[in-house]
Amino acid sequence: MGEFRFMQGNEAMTEGAIAAGARFYAGYPITPSSEVAETSSIRLPQVGGLYVQMEDEIGSMAALIGASAAGKKAYTATSGPGLSLMAENLGVAVMGEIPCVLIDVQRSGPSTGLATKPAQGDVLQARWGTHGDHSIIVLSPSSVQDCFDLMVTAFNYSEQYRTPVIFLSDEIIGHLREQVILKGPEELEIFERPEPTGDPKDYRPYDHSNGLAPLSRFGSPYVFKVNGSMHDEWGRPCARPDNADRIIRHLSEKIEAHAEEIAITRRYHMDDAEIVLICYGGAARSALSAMKKAREKGIKAGVLQIVTLWPVPDKEIREALAQAKAVIVPELNLGQYIGEVEKRNEKNIPVIGVNRIDGQPIVPAQILAKIEEAAK
Amino acid sequence: MKTITINETWCKKCGICAAFCPKKVFDRDEDGKPLAVRPEDCIGCRLCEMRCPDFAVTVEG
Amino acid sequence: MIKDYLFEEKLPLFWCAGCGNGIVLQAILRNIDKRGFTRENIVITTGIGCWGKADDYVTTNSFHGTHGRALPFSTGIKLANPSLNVFTLMGDGDGITIGGNHLIHAARRNVDLVAIMVNNLNYGMTGGQYSGTTPKHAITKTSPYGHVENGFDVCKVVQAAGAPFVARGTVYDVVQLDRLISKAIDHKGFSFVEVISPCPTHFGRSNKLGDAPKMMQWIKDNTISREKAAGMTSDELQGKFVTGIFEEREQEDYSTAYQKVIDSLRGGENE
Repeated sequence: MGEFRFMQGNEAMTEGAIAAGARFYAGYPITPSSEVAETSSIRLPQVGGLYVQMEDEIGSMAALIGASAAGKKAYTATSGPGLSLMAENLGVAVMGEIPCVLIDVQRSGPSTGLATKPAQGDVLQARWGTHGDHSIIVLSPSSVQDCFDLMVTAFNYSEQYRTPVIFLSDEIIGHLREQVILKGPEELEIFERPEPTGDPKDYRPYDHSNGLAPLSRFGSPYVFKVNGSMHDEWGRPCARPDNADRIIRHLSEKIEAHAEEIAITRRYHMDDAEIVLICYGGAARSALSAMKKAREKGIKAGVLQIVTLWPVPDKEIREALAQAKAVIVPELNLGQYIGEVEKRNEKNIPVIGVNRIDGQPIVPAQILAKIEEAAK
Repeated sequence: MKTITINETWCKKCGICAAFCPKKVFDRDEDGKPLAVRPEDCIGCRLCEMRCPDFAVTVEG
Repeated sequence: MIKDYLFEEKLPLFWCAGCGNGIVLQAILRNIDKRGFTRENIVITTGIGCWGKADDYVTTNSFHGTHGRALPFSTGIKLANPSLNVFTLMGDGDGITIGGNHLIHAARRNVDLVAIMVNNLNYGMTGGQYSGTTPKHAITKTSPYGHVENGFDVCKVVQAAGAPFVARGTVYDVVQLDRLISKAIDHKGFSFVEVISPCPTHFGRSNKLGDAPKMMQWIKDNTISREKAAGMTSDELQGKFVTGIFEEREQEDYSTAYQKVIDSLRGGENE
């Protein structure tokens, strides 16, 4: 049975991580994510896990990956400036195919920006923050319940696809307090890292010819090499052009080919919607409120909430574009995810951004005004 | 008598083994390749083996 | 057999003729062999640079991460599984230059691992530019008129940061090097060994120090034991490599201390 609690989004992420089996946190405090660190330092040792505060976000990301390679489900939490510092080693997790979860509680940028104010300015950095071609999974919560439930999903995806997952929250959700049900183990599906089988001498951690190779853990009989440099099936350095081509394609395809399975979206009043709000995270709450007000005024508005930001839920966005007269994309940035909608806008219907970058949340009235304009 | 083996594939002819052998067991040929020409003088200290940067020298016996 | 840990198919080593890296690698593998460690219970982590290629040549678990970050990768590995024997290999660029912040915090945090920093006084891999240990006045590719900065005394830094075992050796004195690495392995906690090593291709050539044997001789001639150095002035010690053990004391390591926290919360029962 679950347990009803009243808590903050940041706290619920810690509970979600522990429920998912995470037993290692390495991080560096930063507003507005610090409560994840604080609650993790309390909770992890209670369940036999370990919290370590590193000297910076570079070291945090490194320790996280090291711990995961040694067999612990591991996570960290940061905000924009920290995400920038983590970007290089995030690439090690991508290249080494080491599962881990990175929470980014977004705040206003660039640079130190408005350190305590919400924003959704890291949407594209989450996708492309580390250099080189790759794919990655990014999830966006919009409630405290999401902070718990989706955190479990984040760890599951991370282990299942051997990839870092970015949990892209924002200050609104991180500091939101509401009721949450902390589900018990019997209510949760947890994906555990499969153990390699066969003769340890033949273990190849990067031979994906029969589906993703299981990842060993340091200390097991299955000795292995993690290599941020281009490597062969064994993890040994290999600069052959055909090998590099194979690896880079694999890093994208192992996620993009499963985009439909990874996609999580939520549809509200979409059956007859003519004006569709495509939204995510903190801004989704305002969008839902605006939709209700529009419906009260007799406008057929609907919401397609994107929970899996990356890989892009292509089918769902295309369907929304096919049925709508206009699409509105509210974002706490100058228009980052709207580009993904526009790319798919084959009928060339109006795609309208509602953007706010002054450190304040988008209010429903702003969105409603655009809905009314579009419905004319 | 000690047997000194040089792995010629691994040796890069840096000359360290020959230069610091306390008993001057080695000579180097025109290419710089080390030759254990006086193995009877070898006292088995294995400094050549330990100082070889290329795992190329083995002292046995 | 040392060769159980050496990935022979990959040899000859990629390093230049006379580079000291292979001497240090051999000393490490020799000590690993003596301890009877297995390929399974060792992890060798490396950074980026010439010495960062060392993991290519071992048959044990290994982790080749990013430039300067080998220590935080090791920290995560060791804390996640304290039964592993973790060796962290860094160059002077890795260890004290780009990764200097990690080094001092690792020394302070006292995670039980062995950190071996090969110091060849310049960046070898990128072509011989100056690093955080390049001595004043030395010529490198980026200090063509003589270096205007001072190099770090790395052991002093690590000692001041609180590491319980700190030592310096050279690839010339391989017997001492063997002993220092052996002691570092036996010492519980963060054990740091700096190894002075020649880079004949870059540092040696730029500073007209001659070929590999001449550079080894240069290291030998400029090496002074810690005991002897104690009676010398700082002027007399300019440009000298002081070798020996600078710190050797018992101090509770991170995993032991943290396990006590866990035990106090859970009555000693683990999940």
